[in-house]
Amino acid sequence: MADDLLIPITADVDVVTARQRGRDLAAEAGFSSGDQTVIAAAISEIARNILMYAKRGEIALSLVANGDRQGVVVVARDQGPGIRDVPRAMQDGYSTSGGLGLGLPGARRLMDDFDVTSDAGKGTTVTMKKWRRMNA
Amino acid sequence: MATKGKEAQSPLPDPQAQTESTAALLRELVAHLRQNRTQLREEWARRITRAQLLTAMTEEEIFAEATSVYDNYVEALETGTFEALQAYARNLSERIIPRGVETHEVVGIVLLLRDVLARSLFGKYHEDFDKLNRILDAYEPAANRIANTVAVGFVQERERIIRQQQEAIRELSTPVLQVRERLLILPIIGVIDPQRARQLTEQLLRAIRTNRAKVVVIDITGVAAMDSNVANHLVQTVEASRLLGATVIVTGLSPEIAQTLVTIGVDLSEMATVGDLQGGIEEAERLLGYKVLPLEDLTPKA
Amino acid sequence: MEVPILKQGHYLIASIQSALTDADLSQLREALIERVGRFRARGVIVDVTALDVMDSFAVRTLRDIAHMARLRGAETVIVGIQPEVAFAMVQLGLTLKGVSTALDLEEGLAFLNVQTQVRIDRGPGRLDRG
Repeated sequence: MADDLLIPITADVDVVTARQRGRDLAAEAGFSSGDQTVIAAAISEIARNILMYAKRGEIALSLVANGDRQGVVVVARDQGPGIRDVPRAMQDGYSTSGGLGLGLPGARRLMDDFDVTSDAGKGTTVTMKKWRRMNA
Repeated sequence: MATKGKEAQSPLPDPQAQTESTAALLRELVAHLRQNRTQLREEWARRITRAQLLTAMTEEEIFAEATSVYDNYVEALETGTFEALQAYARNLSERIIPRGVETHEVVGIVLLLRDVLARSLFGKYHEDFDKLNRILDAYEPAANRIANTVAVGFVQERERIIRQQQEAIRELSTPVLQVRERLLILPIIGVIDPQRARQLTEQLLRAIRTNRAKVVVIDITGVAAMDSNVANHLVQTVEASRLLGATVIVTGLSPEIAQTLVTIGVDLSEMATVGDLQGGIEEAERLLGYKVLPLEDLTPKA
Repeated sequence: MEVPILKQGHYLIASIQSALTDADLSQLREALIERVGRFRARGVIVDVTALDVMDSFAVRTLRDIAHMARLRGAETVIVGIQPEVAFAMVQLGLTLKGVSTALDLEEGLAFLNVQTQVRIDRGPGRLDRG
């Protein structure tokens, strides 16, 4: 359970792989098909963000337990240019790439926990979690 | 805090030495409890019956459970690990909750056991007050932790069962009804929290797919209050239904809810609303191309 | 993976078979828009039943297809969005505003038949309505 599943993100086909792995992991952990879809969509958004802004990076998937809750943890890391203004990047409709600007704020809405750390010039790490109650 | 008033006997003991002596004392304690197992267990079962606890169980059952609890208790004291006890407490709770055993009874019997054992320690060491004190210092934290473990295990199991029942009630309380081919009605009654709202949406979307519904009437006459979270969820439900190709009509918005929605600025521009359920169904039938006529209009005029 | 595009009467039907990369989606958009002109299509159906997730890029591409096809004279309808996918989409804020949707292929065809009725009736020849 402690092993992270690492998916390098270097091309658009990796976005598909990452979200499929995320869905499989969520299914294994007993998440509903609705939650599996939500997790897959969130992974898709942040994996594409890596491609668009940093060109390359990786996504790590793992499971955690916390009391009677179980969680899927998604960590997206890159060594790209970083986000200069994190609060602004978290606003709906903000995009420097001509996209819908839904990447980060959209993923945040889908997940329960969401955290971004970014150093300009050094890269960005997004950590997000989705929880479910066990034995319920 | 636990050492307050005992400074006289042990001024600032070396923590390492203290842990060692605690371990030795616990070993002595466990040996004593093993030796007097039969007698203490019986005494405890008697006290349980006398205190009129576990009335839902027979005397034999009480004695059998008391034996298991006793052995698990001593083992937890001996090993200092609580996993086995925790598992046992969960298993016990699973068995006794359906029989109507209450939280106060479970807490009561564990406290009784603690008292029975403490008394036996008083009996054994009453001539050596200093030793008794040190034995109790070792015993009390472990005993309290055991009592805690069992009580918490029981309460968690109860909560789990309550959650399960809530789920079941939720499922029952949100029927999606098919009134005509391709027309669904979802009457929502009572309080909507985010979890129920979510469940409602998932149920409705599945029903749209399986019934091939084209129009859905969501009637919220029975909803007392709505905050912005729930209102936004309602909007999401309408949007998601449209993605499946179904039109949603919302009916029964009370004046209070209408006012709330406007005040908090929920965007309802995309939502079709009709005053009451009857009007909603008529509108739905119109969208589906139905026309309802009184029977006499159908009989051919002579 | 290339998405097969079938021509049926005056309609084009793109039936997505498996998960698509961004490049696949862009390629689908170009192929459809090119064919709307080539076959003088009146309607476009994109069947997304096989997609188990739709993110912002997929939704934007579908929206672009609908808008571009309209500029070239064809009405677009997206069919087969799964319940879970729809719910995740609206939570993401992706509502496909201004794009028509239908439950499945059959409903999509019925929808296009109604939408294009007037034009078909006025059109040069009769169509077989599959």
